[in-house]
Amino acid sequence: MENQFFVDSEYLSPAALEKKHRLETDPSSLKNHMEYLPGMEIIESDVCQQVISQMNSFDYSIYTARDVRAALDHETCSVEDFKALLSPAAEPFLEEMAQKARMETSKHFGNTVYLFTPLYIANYCENYCVYCGFNCYNHINRMKLNMEQIEHEMKIIADSGMEEILILTGESRAKSDVQYIGEACKMARKYFRMVGVEIYPVNTDEYRYLHECGVDYVTVFQETYDADKYETLHLFGHKRVWPYRFDAQERALRGGMRGVAFSALLGLSDFRKDALASALHVYYLQRKYPHAEMSLSCPRLRPIINNDKINPLDIGEKQLCQVLCAYRIFLPFVGITVSSRESAEFRNGIVKIAATKVSAGVSTGIGDHESKYTGKEDDAVKGDEQFEIDDDRSFETMYEDMSGEGLQPVLNDYVYV
Amino acid sequence: MINNDKLIIGGHEFNSRFILGSGKYSMKLIEAAIKDAGAEIITLAVRRANTKEHENILDYIPKGITLLPNTSGARNAEEAVRIARLARELGCGNFVKVEIMRDTKYLLPDNQETIKATEILAKEGFVVMPYMYPDLNAARDMVNAGAATIMPLASPIGSNKGLATKEFIQILIDEIDLPIIVDAGIGRPSQACEAMEMGAAAIMANTALATAGDLPLMASAFRQAIESGRIAYLSGLGRVLTRGASASDPLTGFLRD
Repeated sequence: MENQFFVDSEYLSPAALEKKHRLETDPSSLKNHMEYLPGMEIIESDVCQQVISQMNSFDYSIYTARDVRAALDHETCSVEDFKALLSPAAEPFLEEMAQKARMETSKHFGNTVYLFTPLYIANYCENYCVYCGFNCYNHINRMKLNMEQIEHEMKIIADSGMEEILILTGESRAKSDVQYIGEACKMARKYFRMVGVEIYPVNTDEYRYLHECGVDYVTVFQETYDADKYETLHLFGHKRVWPYRFDAQERALRGGMRGVAFSALLGLSDFRKDALASALHVYYLQRKYPHAEMSLSCPRLRPIINNDKINPLDIGEKQLCQVLCAYRIFLPFVGITVSSRESAEFRNGIVKIAATKVSAGVSTGIGDHESKYTGKEDDAVKGDEQFEIDDDRSFETMYEDMSGEGLQPVLNDYVYV
Repeated sequence: MINNDKLIIGGHEFNSRFILGSGKYSMKLIEAAIKDAGAEIITLAVRRANTKEHENILDYIPKGITLLPNTSGARNAEEAVRIARLARELGCGNFVKVEIMRDTKYLLPDNQETIKATEILAKEGFVVMPYMYPDLNAARDMVNAGAATIMPLASPIGSNKGLATKEFIQILIDEIDLPIIVDAGIGRPSQACEAMEMGAAAIMANTALATAGDLPLMASAFRQAIESGRIAYLSGLGRVLTRGASASDPLTGFLRD
């Protein structure tokens, strides 16, 4: 079974509709996804080649219960062990994997769980990524907050008690340029202790500029590490360029960022291969930049406005848990974030096994924190959401729930130096 | 002798030789842990204390306990110095544990940068306690830079692997005139006891407590182990037979007076 991603909107002009259909049906209308566009920086790096060669040769059907047993018994988890833990042969060992993962998490992080919230400041997008609510052909309310509106949102979030924020935009350089994002980040430094961004990939000098604006963490999701699959899902726009996205974290580190975050969007392609590649992306970059802080996320596909059928296919909660346990056992030192795409029950359980960070008080829309946080309805225009969230717990509820699970919620563990 | 056995760090006297870590277990347990550990010094990460009013770790530390802020998060000497100064501004006092890591996987300390930071901070009047990889030359440089103690690691932080660097820590104990405080990797009371028998001046532990089933009970076990090890050290350990029995007839009995 596959997801049906193509949805036409009656609001599109005939010319736009025609172009959309051509992109969807005529491969000759598509740009080469492995070719950089003008202005995109090319860096010398062998990380990509290392990750992709491992991923391509990964045949998870060859692993047996014996390999999984050995992987669980080894004190240090090798790349081969990790592959065994990701394989279907490891499924019957899920509880044991969870026990081992829990021990590793507790050694490195104790009983802490970090809380953060995302803040979307604009949802304009120049790309046609078929599964995303922000894609340029999806008919949604578009919005870009001005600095006054951004400050208003930040005040409301900061008043709730949150100290770490992740600033997001849709991927439109034209509507949300780097300077605009930089100004928002400077503002965020006033209200929050820690500021991260999840925006379109940029060049090293632009990451350096954002770092100077107070940002220290950069999240870029590769969506899928399978470039052939990637090009069938990202049909148009700068996001179509797969290798420029792959090297984003490395450019961010060269630009002076303290930490970087990685993920595939599980459900787009073969999740075992994507999980392997995500973790190896971290593994090889960490060897090259040992001072950098690394973290992994694990989003699964969610329904979007105008397409409520989108789902993560074969990645159920058990498979997701297997991936997260394998991540933890292979990379005991990395942060693992589980977003509000997952249910409250799943998040309450996984923070006791492998996850170290959860979001709370989440909105993936634009300019709607006041109504969502206070229930106060207003007439102000709002931008639509990127995807539907599942766990809508507020900061306060999350704080109480995490404490109730015997965990220690941490709001900040960071100094900007 | 035992009654007057004080740990002296930068001119300050302590009765306890157990330094507690914080940050890996619930703040509500800090008070109980301090009590059962009999601890007088507790470390805290400045970056964790860099928070607004919501449950600041500083609020959970009882009065009369010496705070030992650490510079975790620093990747070089300059960052460590800035974090130490921030600690002072936050009201954490003059003690500082210098931790400089350029490796997020093993969290191994960078001795060279630590020497530099030690020198700057000692000149600024801090009581500097550098966390280091047990290397004699680096330790001597830290002494010359003005360190108040030397804090070698037993094994990687959080690993609970015990005295993996035992031989090198022994060299520091033998050669360095400052208190040697064994930090990181001590996973069991028996390992803490062993380090104290060797002549370590104190033990610092965090993960060993945080991962225990009953944290205050483990704190109490560590306290007893550390005290036992200290008493054993002070009493002068007896002969240790490494290979079978030794000959009862002396080999040098033939020598004439």
